[in-house]
Formats: sequence, structure tokens, C-alpha cells
Amino acid sequence: MAELLQFIFSGLTVGAVYALVGLGFTLIYNASDIINFAQGEFVMLGGMITVFLVAAGVPLPLAALIAVGLTTAVGLALHRLAIEPARGSSPVTLIMITIGASIFLRGIAQIIFDRRFHSLPSLFGSEPIHFGGATMLPQSLVVLAVAAIIVVLLWLFMERTLLGKAVTATAANRLAARLIGINTRRIVDFSFAISAAIGAVAGIVVTPITLTSYDVGTLLALKGFAAAMLGGIGSAPGAVVGGVLLGLIEALTAGYISSNYKDAVSFLIILIVLVAMPQGLFGRARIERV
Amino acid sequence: MTILSASQLAISFGGVRAVDGVSLAVERGEVYSIIGPNGSGKTTLFNLISGIYVPTTGTIRLAGENVTGLVPEQLARRGLSRTFQNLQIFFRMSVLENVMVGRHRHEKTGIFADLLHWPSVARQNRQTREAAMAALARVGLAEAAERPAAALPYGALKRLEIARALASEPVLLLLDEPAAGCNPVETQELDRVIRSLTNEGITVVLVEHDMRLVMNISDRVHVLASGRTLAHGTPLEVRSDPAVIEAYLGTHGSEEAARAIG
Amino acid sequence: MQRVLDSRIWPLAALAVIVVIAPLFFSSLYDYRIGALVFIFALAVVGLNLLMGFAGQVSLGHAGFLGIGAYAVAIGPTYFALPAWFSLLVGAVLSGIVAFLVGRPILKLKGHYLAVATLGFGVLVAIVLTNEADWTGGPDGMNVAHLMLFGWKVHGSDTWYWLAGATFIVGFVLAANLVDSPSGRALQAIHDSETAARMLGIDVARKKLTIFIVSAIYASVAGSYLALFDGHITPDVAGFLRSIELVAMVVLGGMGSVFGALVGAAVLVVLPQALTVFHDYEQATLGLIIMVFMIFLRRGIVPSLSAAFSGWRR
Repeated sequence: MAELLQFIFSGLTVGAVYALVGLGFTLIYNASDIINFAQGEFVMLGGMITVFLVAAGVPLPLAALIAVGLTTAVGLALHRLAIEPARGSSPVTLIMITIGASIFLRGIAQIIFDRRFHSLPSLFGSEPIHFGGATMLPQSLVVLAVAAIIVVLLWLFMERTLLGKAVTATAANRLAARLIGINTRRIVDFSFAISAAIGAVAGIVVTPITLTSYDVGTLLALKGFAAAMLGGIGSAPGAVVGGVLLGLIEALTAGYISSNYKDAVSFLIILIVLVAMPQGLFGRARIERV
Repeated sequence: MTILSASQLAISFGGVRAVDGVSLAVERGEVYSIIGPNGSGKTTLFNLISGIYVPTTGTIRLAGENVTGLVPEQLARRGLSRTFQNLQIFFRMSVLENVMVGRHRHEKTGIFADLLHWPSVARQNRQTREAAMAALARVGLAEAAERPAAALPYGALKRLEIARALASEPVLLLLDEPAAGCNPVETQELDRVIRSLTNEGITVVLVEHDMRLVMNISDRVHVLASGRTLAHGTPLEVRSDPAVIEAYLGTHGSEEAARAIG
Repeated sequence: MQRVLDSRIWPLAALAVIVVIAPLFFSSLYDYRIGALVFIFALAVVGLNLLMGFAGQVSLGHAGFLGIGAYAVAIGPTYFALPAWFSLLVGAVLSGIVAFLVGRPILKLKGHYLAVATLGFGVLVAIVLTNEADWTGGPDGMNVAHLMLFGWKVHGSDTWYWLAGATFIVGFVLAANLVDSPSGRALQAIHDSETAARMLGIDVARKKLTIFIVSAIYASVAGSYLALFDGHITPDVAGFLRSIELVAMVVLGGMGSVFGALVGAAVLVVLPQALTVFHDYEQATLGLIIMVFMIFLRRGIVPSLSAAFSGWRR
């Protein structure tokens, strides 16, 4: 029982990160139909920039703030410099651009930073908390809390603010949104910026637990993408549920079956879900009209 | 001989009965038109007959055989072909290649033969090309054969779909609004093509808004309204049916009514 | 008929000339090595292009088949004492079978869903290759014995250049044959409208599966060549990055352009080498190349160029 609880704790922590990455995918996808494979690099940048600023003597909170700011700028630049110029291209071309951006950012990080693993000090020390026979790092609680806060803030933003409603409108029907005077280009700008910021925050809070390096982005992007698909692409609650579910499945697999195959099982489950329920858990089926 | 019969066909989408208990019987070699206001279920009926949708209830028979639930490719092999209201052109291919695809059910294909380009493949390609050219010539598109399909104007694309369907040598041809977007000359041309088809024994089922064309070439007309059968019979009978005049022509605008009767 | 003959012979002749002429500009064995790599990747890309460019079905996991082919020629001779050439065939058959089993369910998916499913498949293969260390040597990989053909040991970059070049031409011819055949037309029809294709009697699911298997076999053979040529293989051959490179080569050369496969492979093999002075810059350069080409030549190099020269061409 204590063992199970232990696996659930670690599953929730990792799942929270997947959920945030999946949320980033969803935001950009809804605003622009683009699958942004550079999403994982936002997480990497958040962690790595903070690590190197702290190493240079910048206090952690300030370093984190700068890291989020810089990553947001990278997200904006990605949209303005790489996505905008290719507007109207086929989906495959756009996916390839974001993958190119992902490889590029990873390459740059490897040059500017280094190829080693790095950690950050935990916010509340590293003394494990005991609970029901299982232990949990205080930082795990930070990850969960931050993820929850982001989800709630995002939800409030979408529901309560004019800008948020404009984002929702753009997601529902781009042409109609444009016709009622919404600047959809700004909305996409905004979605890239927010996705990047969310990714950076996730990267900063999770680094004390999972460590970071220049190449953590790829697997995170794949898992986040998988989480979004699992939930049904385009559905924000779906991305969150999908992420947490994926994290739990992974932790349980690693615990009870084989830690070597934890990644394999999550991809296997994605394949099965896709084949059995092609629209994901929360997506809606479409009727093809001819 | 009845080539196509449907009894008590029904299908609903999200609680809306798009087609509700429609029965019909089409005789070999006739032109059978399905008319009705927008949203009356004409295209849905086509999608049911051509296997794109599976009916909730009811049965469909093709040349006496129960084909309910068969998928489009199985129906195609039994000689059913159709065109689409929203064009379904192969835009990456040339005009001729589009029609060559129509020959598919008559081609012997094997992945190995095709990869190795056996002499039989070359011979068959030649036959396919000739048959496709003949089909293009019938709809007056022979000159455009080598052009990319994407470069053709709308009216020509409509005829390209007909040529593609013809290339499959159908027994039963469903035409979904072939005259939509065509000018009067093109419509007259269409009239001629459809007549020539029936002369060869091809059965044509037509969904069309152009009442002049419908009344001109149809042997029988079936009127739908809100997914149900309102009336059916010869053009003359349907035209004088009070229910049709009131429900269909009345709501559809006096201009069209005048054209239809005039 | 004359026209058909021309359209068949010219690209082939041009290719043969390229293969023969290129070495005149080579100054070292290293250049032969690059040339051989270009042809090996181009072979995989020709196959993937049949799937993506003609049938319109994306695969973000094709390196999985590259991996199956590569490890077949590594494991076959090492553990089963099979000749390398036979192991290559076993790998190809195995890839075909895996493609059949995987493709049947996932080719029903469309768009992004197909993308993530194929991606998942590729990652799975890489994970298995990494974890089954008893057979594969794990992350460090394993050595691959030389290819023996009729008692002749195939080794050296120049030898492999000619072998890879010749094999690529064969792969090219087969693909070009397919494009100009009932199957090829059916595939292109599926790309534009599955509904219309089905309405003309095309068994869409079966055609997609067939071409998925064919493209898997292309990738498998290329993977075997890669392993035999390099003499050493690691799970990276099946990794996500490799899959992406293959897709990038297809899109870069031009979707639906058989000739584009060679151009796409050449650009992505040669440019990073040429632009990279230090190893550290390799990834950044690769990423930049992909972005720049996708943004400015979005239809791919070959279609963009031929459009510029002749107004319009498929």
C-alpha cells in the first residue's frame, strides 16, 4: 500500500509536468492548428537558463523570473520569425518547422550552456515528507501546487477576461473571430508566449527533482504531445487529465513492471487509445461531409 | 427490371432524422430524379445508396441483391458510380489521370507487377489511357487531358467528375447536382450527355435543382421534403401534384416554379 | 508512347550520370563516404516519399524500420551465423511483417493522430533496441560484420559508394514504375479524396497498408546498408531524430517528387557536414537548415525549382 502511494506521488509529479507541456500544445494548437514540437525546449530553456543564472550568482527568484521572460521571448520569436513567414503552408511543413526549431534550440543550448546534467536547489529544502508510509520531496508539492495554480489561472483567464474569450473565439472559428474584429495574429502571438512561459515555469520547478540538460526537451515534447492526444487534441481539460494519467501509468509501470520500459508502456497505451478511441478521451468525433 | 430499390430507408444524425422512411425503385435505363428543397435529405439519400452512410433502418438492393451495409468500394465493384455535390477531384493529378483512376475496377493490379512494370502493366496503362480519353471526349474535355485538374474552371470540373465516373463503366450512375454552377450552354451539353448514357442502358439517378433540366430528361421524379417522400411519378404527375406545388415549389420561390412549369 | 518512354528514361539516365560523374569531384575517401550515405538515405526517402508524398500518409516513426533493418544484419550473423545478405532479407521481411501488423490498425487514423501513432511506434522500436541489451548491446550498440558477397568482402567507402548508388537507382526505378501504374494512381487518388477513391472501387485501407509495407521495406534495406557500411550500430538509428531527418528529407526534396528524394537526402547529409566546423554546431545547423528550407521553399526543392523553370509541373 505504501509502495503504491509512493508510485502515485511520483506519477502525479511527473504527470503534472506532462500536463503543463500538453496544455502548451493545446493553447497553440487551438489558436493556430499548429503542433509545436519545440514545446519541450521551452521546458529545457526555463530550467537551463535558471541553472546558469544561479551559478552566475543571481538569486533564484530573480533568475527564475529572467528565465521565464527570456523563454517567453523565444516563444514569441519562434512565432514571428519561423511560423508567420510560412503562413498557409501544409500542416506537415509547419510541423517540420517547429521540429527544426526544436533541434535548433537544442543545438544552441548545447553551445551556450553545456552537455551535462544540472540541478537546482529545492524551494523548501530536500528533507523528505513522510506520508502513509511513503515519502515525498517537498519540491513535488511545489510542482503540483504550481501546476494547479497555472491551470486555475488559465481557466479564470479564459472564462473571465476579454482577451481570454478572444482566444476561445479564435479557437472555435478563426474566420468568424477575424470578422468580429479579433486580431487573430496577436492571439497566436499570445498563445506562443503563454505556452513558452508555462513551459519555462514547468522546467524551473521540476529541475530540482528530475534534473535538466540541453536535450530533455524531446522526450518531454513527445510525452506532452501524447498527453494532449490522449485527452483529445484541442481540449485543455483533456491535456491536463491526459498528462496526469500518463504520469501515473509511467510511474506504476516503472514500479511494478520495469523501469526500462516505462516510456514504452506509455507509448503503447497511446497507440491503443488512438486505435480504440481515435478522438481521445475528451475529443469530439467529426462527421465527414461530402 | 428494377436496378435499384430502397425500402423504408432512415438515418438520423444527433437525433435529427435526415432521411425518414424513403422507398424507391429505379428501373434499368431510366433517368430518375430526386428533387426537394435544400436540406430535404437528397444528398444524404445519395450517401446512403452509395454506401458512405449505413442506414439506421431499411434495405437497399442493387440488381436484386441486398447491398445494405456494403462499403462504397464494394458497391463500386458492382457497377455503382457517382459524382459529388462538393467536388471530389484529385487535384494533384492531371485531367487524364483523374479519369484513369476511374478505370481502377477494370484494372488488374498487383504491387509486384506494378513495381517491376511488367509488360502487362504497360499494356494495361495504354488501354486505360485510351478508355479515359474516350470518356473525356464524351464530356468534351479531350483537349484538356494533359492539364492539371486544378487548372480547370468549376463547370469543367463537374464534367470531369462525370467522365471519371463514366470511365468506370457504371451500371448505375448517381449524379449529385451536375448542373450547379454551369451556364445554360453547359447545362444543355449535360442534357445531351445524360441522354446518351441512357441510350447505352446506363441508369441515371439525379439530384438536381435545375428544374428545366429535371423536367426535360427525367423519366420519373421523386420529391423529398424534410427527409420524407412527398410525391413520386412522371414529371407531369409531379408537376401537377398540389402537395408538391405547395410544399416544394411554393417555398422554393416562384421564379423556379415558373421555370419548371414553363 | 514516345512521351511515356522519354519520361521514363530521362530521369534514370540523369541519375546514372550523377552517380558516375560525382566521384570526379571527390578528393578523398571521406567524400565517397558522404556520397554513400546520401544514396543510402535517399533509398529510405524514396520509400517514405511513396507513403507521404503520393499516398499522403505521414509517418514520424520510419526510423523504426531503419532500426529493424540495421539490427537484422548485426544480430543475424552474430547470433545465428546467418550470412549478412540473408540477414538483410530477413530484416526486410520482418519489417514488412511489422509494418503489416502495426499499419492495419493505425493507418485508419488521420492527420495528427496518425502522426502521433507512427511516432509512438518509432519510439517503441528505439526503446526496445536500447533495453534488450543482451541482444543489441544496449545504448552502446554493437559491431556489425562485413558484408560478404560471393566470397568477396565488401568494404571501403568507395565500394560502398557504388553499391549504394546502384541500389538507390534500382529503388528509384521501382518507385517510378509504381507511380505510373494502377496502384500508383490509386495512391495519389487517396491523397486527394478518400471518398472519391473508394467510390471508384479502390480499397483504401488495403492500398495504404500495401504502400506502408513497401516503404517499410525500403527503410529496412537502407538501415541494413547503413549498419553494414558503418560496421557499428547504436539505437540512435531508430531514434525520433532519425525519423525526423527522413521526413525532413522527403519534404525538403519535395513531396511526391521521386527525384526530390535524392536532393533532400543530399542536402541534409552534405550541408551539415559542410557547414559544421566543430561537432558542437551540428544540431544547431541541422535545425536551422530544416527551418530555413521549410520557410522559403515550402513545396520542396525539386517542385519549387521545376515550377520556377517550367511554370507548372506535378
